[in-house]
Amino acid sequence: MYYQAWLNLIVELCKKKMIGLLIFTGTSVLVSFIIDKAKTLKALDKGMRMFFSLLPTLLGLLSAISIVLYFVPNEILIEYMGQGSGAKGWFMSALIGSVALIPGFVAFPLSNMLMQNGVAASNIAVFITTLAMVGVISLPVEARYFGWRISLLRNAVSFAAALAVGLIMAVFL
Amino acid sequence: MELLRKYSIFLVFMLFVALSHLTGFASGQAIGSNFISFIKEMVVVLPLMFILVGLFDVWVPRSSIEKHIGQGAGAKGTVLVIILAMLQAGPLYGAFPFAYMLWKKGSSVRNIFTYLGAYSSIKIPMLSFEVGFMGWEFSLLRSAATVPVFIAAAFLMEALLKGKSFEIKNPQ
Repeated sequence: MYYQAWLNLIVELCKKKMIGLLIFTGTSVLVSFIIDKAKTLKALDKGMRMFFSLLPTLLGLLSAISIVLYFVPNEILIEYMGQGSGAKGWFMSALIGSVALIPGFVAFPLSNMLMQNGVAASNIAVFITTLAMVGVISLPVEARYFGWRISLLRNAVSFAAALAVGLIMAVFL
Repeated sequence: MELLRKYSIFLVFMLFVALSHLTGFASGQAIGSNFISFIKEMVVVLPLMFILVGLFDVWVPRSSIEKHIGQGAGAKGTVLVIILAMLQAGPLYGAFPFAYMLWKKGSSVRNIFTYLGAYSSIKIPMLSFEVGFMGWEFSLLRSAATVPVFIAAAFLMEALLKGKSFEIKNPQ
């Protein structure tokens, strides 16, 4: 079953155009290596060191999220976001977008479904914006770089920014 | 031992998923596949992002970052940092190491937050996906609405943090 999951991963990656990042990184490393071997090895070492220092926090976090998500399936999110538009709808959408940690390749099909179910476009814009800019669940990771005070401040400002995006969308759509 | 302690939450979780599979505990199995769907993006994208961060570190001199997106870089610095962010990919937490690198090399506070805003909302891989599912009209309008908003948010962050200590750490 997991074997199948890895196979699907490759297909998804191509669809997601993540392949672009792969090619970009690969070319960069190659060019860098041709110009200066020692420097490139130092860069790879540095990058991997940073990656592995973050990995335990990240794996712990993703473990926790997978448990939480089991108890809060997408259907519930859709139900709450679909209720009403205007201030209340934006606020609910912003709240759900802030807490949820859904990868883009799930979020957009989901948004498409919401749109077809008659949820206002401004609600969906608020949902996408908070999903992208506000990360309540990833706060522990953010705090390791910025500290808690600045992380909370950034998330609060981004939350307000998302509501503003919804307002602009509502005016134009 | 230190390594074991660091990964303790993850190891307990893996044990739980493995036991669920052995005993046929359906909820545990569902949680396991949730985990797989999350980790996919991370496992592939994050190491690539970190390699780019490493390359950026050794090749881009501090003086050029200071000059182009540092204090007093103005509108050109904003445009530059937005373009840089748009070329990247991955979840929000993939941007933090790059933000650390920009900070280390002398980027201004405002441009750090402009970078995070642009990275999270208008990066090209995300836009291409959005256009596919939501259409051009929605995506263009959302981008057009988002850019001035996150630039304003970065100004606000700069104003709020003025005179306060600001630092981005490299987690150890």
